[in-house]
Amino acid sequence: MNVEDMYQQIILDHYREKHHSGLREDYDAEVTQVNPSCGDELMLRLHLDGDVITDVSYDAVGCSISQASTSVMTDLVIGKTVEQAQQLYRGFQEMMRSHGEVKLDEETYDDAVAFEGVAQLMARVKCAMLGWSALEESMMEAEQNSDTPVSTQNSETPTAPASVGAAGKGDKA
Amino acid sequence: MSAATGYDVEAIRADFPILSTRVGQYPLAYLDSANTSQKPQVVIDAVADHYAHHNANVARAMHKLGLEATQAYEGGRARIARFIGAARPEEVIALSNASEGLNLCAHTLGSRLGPGDEVVISVMEHHSNLVPWQLACQRTGATLRWFDVTDEGRLDLAGAEREGLINEHTKVVSVTLASNVLGTVNPVARIAAMAHAVGAVMVVDASQAVPQMPVDVSALGADLVAFTGHKMVGPTGIGILWGRYDLLAELPPFLGGGEMIEIVKMDHSTYAEPPHRFEAGTPPIAQMVGLAAAADYLDGIGMAAIAAHERDIADYALEGLSGLKGLRILGPTEAVDRTGTISFTIDGVHPHDAMSLMDSRGVAVRGGHHCARPLHERFGIQSSLRASAYLYTTREEIDALIDAVEYARDFFTGRTMTAGAGAGRHH
Repeated sequence: MNVEDMYQQIILDHYREKHHSGLREDYDAEVTQVNPSCGDELMLRLHLDGDVITDVSYDAVGCSISQASTSVMTDLVIGKTVEQAQQLYRGFQEMMRSHGEVKLDEETYDDAVAFEGVAQLMARVKCAMLGWSALEESMMEAEQNSDTPVSTQNSETPTAPASVGAAGKGDKA
Repeated sequence: MSAATGYDVEAIRADFPILSTRVGQYPLAYLDSANTSQKPQVVIDAVADHYAHHNANVARAMHKLGLEATQAYEGGRARIARFIGAARPEEVIALSNASEGLNLCAHTLGSRLGPGDEVVISVMEHHSNLVPWQLACQRTGATLRWFDVTDEGRLDLAGAEREGLINEHTKVVSVTLASNVLGTVNPVARIAAMAHAVGAVMVVDASQAVPQMPVDVSALGADLVAFTGHKMVGPTGIGILWGRYDLLAELPPFLGGGEMIEIVKMDHSTYAEPPHRFEAGTPPIAQMVGLAAAADYLDGIGMAAIAAHERDIADYALEGLSGLKGLRILGPTEAVDRTGTISFTIDGVHPHDAMSLMDSRGVAVRGGHHCARPLHERFGIQSSLRASAYLYTTREEIDALIDAVEYARDFFTGRTMTAGAGAGRHH
């Protein structure tokens, strides 16, 4: 594949004008991801209302692929449930790891189909996954945070310490 | 240029099979030699010949092949000693890479460190001459300090003097001879004199210098010098640590294992003399054979001639690159006390994006922080592009670099979406 074709207009547009960028308060989880080989860095916050993702805010430095992919990801997952977002993550990851074999459903994935070309260039797969990996990590962290000691009620060992690190909204910036 | 100096770059290129590679319609312009150099046929043949005809383990194998392998390995040690001007072959330790050499320094010299002691490095160090010293200081309670650089990318010696960087607490000074990002060649002899004046040991990372210029370790002023084989047209998997013999004789072992011992009992052991004390386990035998062939090859051309060629290429590249709009060169912009390694940024274009586009046009450069993150932070950036030249680099490849940089810049800043425009303005 031609490298120029990898850089589709959709990618360049998102790179020049990132959607939902900036860090906002009132979040349920905050994670940092880096790509040690190039130094790209991303801080991402997940904002939830119950099970629904109300916002994804982020601050990132990186290449056009990682920046655009993060921007596209926020468009896709905001308004979805955590479970739906996890499904989107898995589908996108499968496509990125397939060396161009797996295609995305355009209805479901919208602008994210533009990254099918990137999947053929192994060196850049990590760039396209950076934002999605951060999203996945933030969803896991949010789940852990909401795993409050309530569950110990049914535990056979009531003396076991409750899980630590449960944090309320926005109090750990 | 070649007519005047007798330097025949085309003849040299013919020795390197990989340099005739094509990338689509473009000839390969390999400008990543600071990362690893390409190998001439004589080095490839030397390694293959060793495995085909002389392979056995060294020292412990007493049969005919064992003797041949031992002679080849120890002969290689002597050859490298001669290449760098070591007083004797026993000052040359073969390890797996330069990082292992620097870790050896940090561990063995670290055994003498304690709270109140200071280790001095610089902000332009490769992570391999930075992290081992951080670890040593964490283990021992010593303090890590460092030289800053000037905005031009030279070591800030004046600033260091003002703040008394090297003082009576300094036990180790470890700096690079040539920066892997800026190309700057540091005044190591002067720094070594400052280190020795306070009784500190002087360690030098010469990974980017030994391949590029004549280096005479006995005249450098250093006590320990690390470099790697694969950047000097030799094989991967071998790094060299040179040390003053009397210092090596004082140092404790680093890694334990076979061949580094004298007598082993269950409760304690005694250790071999240098260099074998520091070579635990089966050493890089075939790699040493290849590295000796590399030294022969480089000496056949002459390290001074190679350095002069690189200066010429650096001069040409610096002139071409500094004329480009939106381009910022990190480090000295004049080919004085610098190697042919040039790092730069392009306004509005991330290095990885530029690299991908340049790669598609056959121009192989590196994009990232080049294992020198603190240095990039010092210059207020996250990453850069790096083009690095070597003995086989041509002016035509620099032209290809400049065309590719312009193409990438225009592609991402939206000036043009068509290929092939903008050539033909170079000398």
